[in-house]
Amino acid sequence: MLLIGYGNPGRGDDGLGPAFSEGMAARALPGLEVDTDYQLVAEHALAVSGHELVIFADAEIGGAEAFSFRETGPGAPEVLGSHSLVPETVLALCETLYGARPQAFVLGISGYEYGEVKEGLSDKAAANLEAAESFFLKWLAGEISLREAAHA
Amino acid sequence: MSEPRLIEISPVTRVEGHGKVTIHLNAENEVDEARLHIVEFRGFERFIRGRLMWEVPVIVQRLCGICPVSHHLAAAKAMDMIAGVDQLTPTAEKMRRLMHYGQVMQSHVLHFFHLAAPDLLFGFGAPAEKRNIFEVIKEQPELGKRAVLMRKYGQEIIEATAGKKVHGTGAIPGGINRNLPIERRDHFLSSIDQMIEWSKDAVKLARDYTLEHEELVSEFGSFPSNYMSLVRESDGALDLYHGNLRALSSTGDTIFDQVPYTRYHELIVEDVRSWSYMKFPFIKTLGPEAGWYRVGPLARMNTASFIDTPLANEALQELKAVTSGTPNNSTLANHWARMIEVLHCVEKIRELLSDPDLQGTDLIAKGDRREEGIGVIEAPRGNLIHHYKVDEHDQVTYCNLIVSTTHNNEGMNRAVKDVAVKHLSGKEQITEGMLNHVEVAIRAYDPCLSCATHALGQMPLQVQLFGAGGELIDSREQCV
Repeated sequence: MLLIGYGNPGRGDDGLGPAFSEGMAARALPGLEVDTDYQLVAEHALAVSGHELVIFADAEIGGAEAFSFRETGPGAPEVLGSHSLVPETVLALCETLYGARPQAFVLGISGYEYGEVKEGLSDKAAANLEAAESFFLKWLAGEISLREAAHA
Repeated sequence: MSEPRLIEISPVTRVEGHGKVTIHLNAENEVDEARLHIVEFRGFERFIRGRLMWEVPVIVQRLCGICPVSHHLAAAKAMDMIAGVDQLTPTAEKMRRLMHYGQVMQSHVLHFFHLAAPDLLFGFGAPAEKRNIFEVIKEQPELGKRAVLMRKYGQEIIEATAGKKVHGTGAIPGGINRNLPIERRDHFLSSIDQMIEWSKDAVKLARDYTLEHEELVSEFGSFPSNYMSLVRESDGALDLYHGNLRALSSTGDTIFDQVPYTRYHELIVEDVRSWSYMKFPFIKTLGPEAGWYRVGPLARMNTASFIDTPLANEALQELKAVTSGTPNNSTLANHWARMIEVLHCVEKIRELLSDPDLQGTDLIAKGDRREEGIGVIEAPRGNLIHHYKVDEHDQVTYCNLIVSTTHNNEGMNRAVKDVAVKHLSGKEQITEGMLNHVEVAIRAYDPCLSCATHALGQMPLQVQLFGAGGELIDSREQCV
């Protein structure tokens, strides 16, 4: 399984994705390969093609809950640029270039403060991160089924 | 008679960061004015104050998710100066150069194949559903795979030299904190010849496009300007990592040459305009009207006397021949220039990988501490200046950054207006393809608008029309 956490830790809550993936990397969980990046880029398609299951962890704007977890798949880009590559685009590139179609989920962790150049998460975002971590670890341990998880 | 209108393109798509274009039409539907606005305030100079000098090269990478390595190296060079180090050890300088060439290579490949290729292959007015990388891959699947592998190669070079992809720590004040293990060197050597071949093909692709569309290229967003970059101290060769400043006029006359970059503030003034957070630099001796200049790949091709790697130099001479050796003023020729730099970087990487200094262990030099440091580098998008002062506690008290996109601010605004006048004036209907013409002109500069915030929920392209009284006439979102 591949986990990709992405975002800019120098932009407040945009650092939720990297904070999540780095937290998981520090746990050295068996069977989980972890990548952290500023953003999704084209070569992630190559990395993704080598896995059967991929998790994209990112900050989410306007989320109603602490986090969301949804299954996703290849999709045509609404906006395509290195700056704004989305999981669906990476998966579509993966399928188009390498003929691979891994199962994929997006973990969107709700964030609130993005405007300032600032390190560190807001208090609410930090709490959401904790909730997302707890959920993800249970999911990895098999305590939450795939079906239940997709409705988190 | 129709009413005057204001057209907004916000954000500019396939450009790194957030920008907004406003085009003011008069009552006759002629373009009155066109501007590129930077809609966010970076605030980084303030953020960095109080930080310890040792952490600056790492923190500055948070400026940008696209070219963090350029900021890392420019800051490290400034901190070298504060640490009193004027000459790095051979291992440190070569490791930093390797990192830089990897960065420039992967950044240019990304821009050309993923951002610009849809415009170049399908035309600027092609429908939105056609203008994306998937359509490029459908037509040329091998090209898509090459682009991914070339990017990956550059990213792996960065990881090997900087320690990791995000927030690398390789360059430190006075040197570098690692060398290149033999096994990593051999890994890179195993595919370097392939990278050279693919880079040659990329140059040919960009060259052929430029020459086959000579009329479009010479006309589209093109205008004379001054050019500025670093050049090598000894002979004026292209040098992306270090050198002195050289500026030429649009006809190739020298404005200044071989000036140490620590004197940049004697040469450049930063003008402020009320409608943009981004400053407008100009050459002091020429004033704001005549002194604006452009930086970046094409500027570097114009200022460099030659390139010190044979294949890239051969390509440079061919590019220079198009304008009989005088500066090339065609904005779209930036794509050709960018691919020549990819070839140069790959040649340089090959050269460095064969140098045993990369396995050296003398990593850090020392000197007498200073209170001020200036580091300048040629980043993928052009000249990048970092300037710091620190106090007796090693804390930053002053920071000034002039990033490549700021250097190009006036040029991009002129390109937008030029294209808007040619393609939008007098038209009764503003089509998406026409709007994309404006974006293409901006994209040729590969501007990085220092955002790198991209959380889920971001809006696509927005177009808004305003009436003469400022009222919103129409608004729509579109996918590009």
